[in-house]
Amino acid sequence: MNPFSYTRPEAVADALNDIGQQPNAKFIGGGTNLIDLMKVNVEHPTHLVDVNHLPLGDITELPDGGLRLGASVTNADTAWHPLVEERYPLLSKTILAGASPQLRNMATNGGNLFQRTRCYYFYDAQMSCNKRQPGSGCPAINGYNRIHAIVGMDKAECQNPNSKTACIATHPSDMCVALAALEAVVRVTGPNGDRSIPMADFHRLPDTDPQRDNTLEPGELVTSIDLPAKGFPKHFTYVKLRDRSSYAFALVSVAVGLEMDDNGTITEARIAMGGVAHKPWRKSEAEQLLIGKPATDETFRAAAESLLDGAVGFGHNTFKIELGKRAIVRALQEAIS
Amino acid sequence: MQTATLPPKTKQTKTDPASAAGLSNANTGLRSFSLNVNGTERTLNLAPWTTLLDALREYMDLTGTKKGCDHGQCGACTVLVNGKRINACLSLAIMHEGNQITTIEGIANQTETGGLHPLQQAFIEHDAFQCGYCTPGQICSAIGMINEGRAKTTDDIKELMSGNLCRCGAYPHIIDAIKTVL
Amino acid sequence: MIGQPISRVDGPAKVTGKAKFAAEFNVPNLTYGVVVTSAIAKGRIVGIDDREALAQPGVRMVMTHKNRPKLARLDLNYKDQDAPAGSPFRPLQDDKIFYSTQPIALVVADTFEMARYAATLVKVAYHEEAHETDLQANLSEAHNPAAGPVNLFKPLPPKPRGNAQQAYMEADKRVSGEFVHQAEHHNPMEMFATTAVYEAPKRGEKPRLTIYDKTQGAPNSQLVVANGLNLPFKNVRVISPFIGGAFGSGLRPQYQLLLASMAALELKQSVRVSLTRDQMFTMGFRPATVQKIALGAQADGTLSSVYHQAIAETSHREDYTETVVNWSGELYKCDNVALDYQLVSLDVYSPQDMRAPGGVTGVSVLEVAMDEMAYEVGMDPLEFRIKNFTSWDQTHDRPYSSKEILACYREGAERFGWARRTPEPRSMRDGNVLVGWGMASGVWMADQIPARAEAVLGVNGKLRVSSATADIGTGTYTIMTQIAAETLGLPIDDVLFRLGDTDMPLAPIQGGSWTAATVGNAVRVVCEDLGKKLLKLAAQMPDSPFKKAKSTDVQFVDSHMRLVGDPSVAISLRDIVALNGGKAVRETSTSIPNMLKQSRYTRYTHSAIFAEVRVDPDLNVVTVSRLVGAVAAGRIINPKTARSQIIGGMVWGLSKALHEESVRDNNVGRFMNHNYAEYHIPVCKDTPDMDVIFVEEHDDVVNPMGIKGLGEIGQVGTPAAIANAIFHATGKRVHDLPITLDKLL
Ligand SMILES: Cc1cc2nc3c(=O)[nH]c(=O)nc-3n(C[C@H](O)[C@H](O)[C@H](O)COP(=O)(O)OP(=O)(O)OC[C@H]3O[C@@H](n4cnc5c(N)ncnc54)[C@H](O)[C@@H]3O)c2cc1C
Ligand code: SF4
Ligand code: FES
Ligand code: FES
Repeated sequence: MNPFSYTRPEAVADALNDIGQQPNAKFIGGGTNLIDLMKVNVEHPTHLVDVNHLPLGDITELPDGGLRLGASVTNADTAWHPLVEERYPLLSKTILAGASPQLRNMATNGGNLFQRTRCYYFYDAQMSCNKRQPGSGCPAINGYNRIHAIVGMDKAECQNPNSKTACIATHPSDMCVALAALEAVVRVTGPNGDRSIPMADFHRLPDTDPQRDNTLEPGELVTSIDLPAKGFPKHFTYVKLRDRSSYAFALVSVAVGLEMDDNGTITEARIAMGGVAHKPWRKSEAEQLLIGKPATDETFRAAAESLLDGAVGFGHNTFKIELGKRAIVRALQEAIS
Repeated sequence: MQTATLPPKTKQTKTDPASAAGLSNANTGLRSFSLNVNGTERTLNLAPWTTLLDALREYMDLTGTKKGCDHGQCGACTVLVNGKRINACLSLAIMHEGNQITTIEGIANQTETGGLHPLQQAFIEHDAFQCGYCTPGQICSAIGMINEGRAKTTDDIKELMSGNLCRCGAYPHIIDAIKTVL
Repeated sequence: MIGQPISRVDGPAKVTGKAKFAAEFNVPNLTYGVVVTSAIAKGRIVGIDDREALAQPGVRMVMTHKNRPKLARLDLNYKDQDAPAGSPFRPLQDDKIFYSTQPIALVVADTFEMARYAATLVKVAYHEEAHETDLQANLSEAHNPAAGPVNLFKPLPPKPRGNAQQAYMEADKRVSGEFVHQAEHHNPMEMFATTAVYEAPKRGEKPRLTIYDKTQGAPNSQLVVANGLNLPFKNVRVISPFIGGAFGSGLRPQYQLLLASMAALELKQSVRVSLTRDQMFTMGFRPATVQKIALGAQADGTLSSVYHQAIAETSHREDYTETVVNWSGELYKCDNVALDYQLVSLDVYSPQDMRAPGGVTGVSVLEVAMDEMAYEVGMDPLEFRIKNFTSWDQTHDRPYSSKEILACYREGAERFGWARRTPEPRSMRDGNVLVGWGMASGVWMADQIPARAEAVLGVNGKLRVSSATADIGTGTYTIMTQIAAETLGLPIDDVLFRLGDTDMPLAPIQGGSWTAATVGNAVRVVCEDLGKKLLKLAAQMPDSPFKKAKSTDVQFVDSHMRLVGDPSVAISLRDIVALNGGKAVRETSTSIPNMLKQSRYTRYTHSAIFAEVRVDPDLNVVTVSRLVGAVAAGRIINPKTARSQIIGGMVWGLSKALHEESVRDNNVGRFMNHNYAEYHIPVCKDTPDMDVIFVEEHDDVVNPMGIKGLGEIGQVGTPAAIANAIFHATGKRVHDLPITLDKLL
């Protein structure tokens, strides 16, 4: 961990000012990802701005029936907030499926959006990695890739072992998968004012610059995550498959929110996947396949095939293609019951 | 033999490493701040890049809190901050100014008699450890869990204690011990 | 006292955080060392640029092969008690790189924080050579292992008996298969650390080091430091009162010990070196193996042929061996047996004994094959094993000193409810979930070797006993206290047992499940010898009623020595010490096994493990819901700590079956999941209902106390029991461990 300076502002304006003072300054929330990466010499900020004392620590109701989750509210307080439990049980369940109680007590909603991939090579500063060190290559493609992506990467680049841009990393967050399904909106403020970024546009695919995980601009601060009114409290589930029963990242995960009419016909559907791509994975075509259909296993499998259409494996992770499809079917089965 | 030609230094007379590293910000280098640990306020002079765990173990001689991974992956470093359990290894000491920190050394003293906490007693009676290295973290974590009030069943305990690895595999006895005080 | 489930005597220290581990001895003017490791797997270091690191304030030294203090040359100087044949690794020896992540520099600074940062600033240039780390791609390079002194306890395969090949061809039923087990790392909770406290030399002498080390034998660490750094033994004191788990990783000194000691000598100041969790993957490990097994049986279920071959990885420096296949010729009766064990040398660190070394590797294969054969001959797996039971060890042509495995089968099956099992795979369900029941036998050695102990009866009537052994969580402190208390008739609270200090009488490294027997007998012997001394003292009293008593005429109970013939004739131990002119009474003794008697028998512990798994039929998620372990391990000193040992072993077995693997990327020659987040061991949620049974077993051959040791036996049979249960649930045989969900797709 390199030397750095530290400030603890109490106003958003001061925070923006502090972050703008140094080129390599970073915000720190719970520190559970940033400190981790600093210790393995992957992140090296020269200044840290603590967001925990900013007035971003509340969960408040929005006039449109939605809910505003302050950026510095912890994951634990969010998951166990009565309004979240009641109206967005999918989000509660998903957060509680991630990390550990201790980590959830530290991790902030803002920080969770920014957690970086758990790719083994990204985490090992002695290895090459296009994400960490652009242009150095991607050893995961021909190496150990059990936890890696099966969709959303540039397939042609990934066939070229010397590619300087290929990356098959996944976004590791559970919470973000639910946020994607719920179509949450990330509110940010920065040197150029405020803006709102829909979840679908917040994280990005590796494309030719895998070093960029998301669309935030330098110096921007996340102030809240806004949940729209529709929370799917009746028909929802989160299925997380992993290598042990708790305290492990997802191999694949599926968040589902459904609305159904009295005949058991699906009227609205959201399916988002974790562990398969560089961002939470959604496809409206797949969701459309469910609308107006009876809730049968055939319908579910069709949606699964569509969501993972074109998936490719790299050896160790090839099992995710079939496992992912089965997980989608299972999640839909659970959501309707 | 190449050694740095700096005079030997003790911890009190350290210079400011960050400014030596070329950082000019006025907030770099050693910072004086106080931490409230087990009810005692202590003033420390530490670099901001000191974790809460290292502050406890290396600068306050509170070695009861263990380091099992230093990366949030094992729970051995669990302490209570304002009654909530966290991993001290992924937290900076300086972020905890103004917080009430409780470590394993402060658990026993919380009881009226100053004797062992009932959970500590239960851990001994149920042989809820072998090597004992994960134990302070397990105990602090269990107290944090009890404070949260969410664990009702054995399955809840198992899930909510899964942030604490025990390589010796003492889990069945840990669960038994916790059940006696829940 | 013996046989009582008393709570651990070191419990209060452990639950309050007072128990101090190697990195927790905070001494004045301590400096901190952080290790820099090699980025390449093979080649040479051609340059190290340490200027930027040295320029950091508070950085004292960047120690490399170029500027390290003088090290002894000969391999012999680095031979520790568990060293295999070959040339032991020593850090910073020269510019050669033998394996990826090899330690190549130590950065020492006034603070841990600065040392950690400066370590990232050391730049190393390499000349890289092609490496080979792939076991499966190099099976054709396998060679017969070189033997060393450790093979006395870890025998290589015996000569074949009968004609296994012919018997296999003639068998009514045959099963065969290939099994691949991945490498595993011990990963004890406490990371390796050494605090080397420097003491300036007296005039004309060499400096002294007091070393707090994480080790399974303080004398073993002392051996390597004294020999390697050319210091007199008396100048090196190693202390290790608590060890945060080790599981074999502490049987050999790890490299931070020599690094910290060298740095302390060089800086003339105390140095602490703690490894990181990543660096816990830069040392010994359980080697990956590729095994082949072929069994033949008659239609009635009589085993007629066993062939078992294991090929394991080792380093180019040493031929690390473990006993993998021998069990297959011993556990059951079979007249035709051929066993083979070979090694492939790779550009890796030497493997190292890891809990139940070899045993859990080989028995996991034998016991899955036995299950397959039970299905082949149409017998219940338990019945099949009972049918092939033997009380005669055909390999050594001698009987077992005791082998109550039939009682394990019976009592384990009873507790588990085995009789309700329906044999057909996929025949048991709970709703939609597939339920599977499987079982396996386990076996491990019950050795005893010489050890010394000291006993001191103080003027306050309290007894202090010590031996330089270790307690890695096994309960040594507690059971030795019990044995001493029982032998001299004292309450537990009046006995203090201490260990882990080279100033104490010599004991061997704590491994192989032999500590309870080895040190336990030393403690008993020294207490008996002390008792004789006390009798002598008491006999010298004027008009002593003990004047004519021989040692068999007295007994020690209730803190008194009494005449057996007339227990009312008694004297308290305190009063006896008072006769010693105000001085404590002390005795040091050695216990030596009765080798002649022992050599006539095979001395093993046994077990039967029963497992229940639940498998999601679509997603293949496996949950182990129940484990019952029935163990025949001689006399149990403390059922409470014994149960913990067995439970811990079974959790390890579960871990090996489903979770643990160190995955090497052979392109870079490095284990890539080198942390606790990606190297999976079970969490609390993975814990099944667990039950432990100790069956009655009397054995006066293994050692006078009849103790067999429990460290490994809980683990040995568990992976196969779980693998067999998974077959029963799903109908799928997975031969490769761990059985992760993808392998069931
Ligand atoms: C062992 C382990 C296991 C885990 N398992 C899981 C799991 O199973 N599932 C899962 O989802 N997660 C898991 N996590 C990850 C954990 O959820 C994240 O580390 C956590 O959510 C990050 O939040 P934080 O507040 O600690 O972020 P920090 O570490 O404080 O910050 C992360 C990044 O976000 C930036 N940042 C923080 N706040 C803001 C803001 N308001 N505006 C702009 N930028 C900001 C920081 O600059 C930094 O770059 C695990 C973590 C660990 C260590
Ligand atoms: S997958 Fe991405 S993060 Fe991993 S090594 Fe390749 S480029 Fe780096
Ligand atoms: S040391 Fe903090 S979680 Fe392991
Ligand atoms: S008791 Fe050893 S790790 Fe838990």
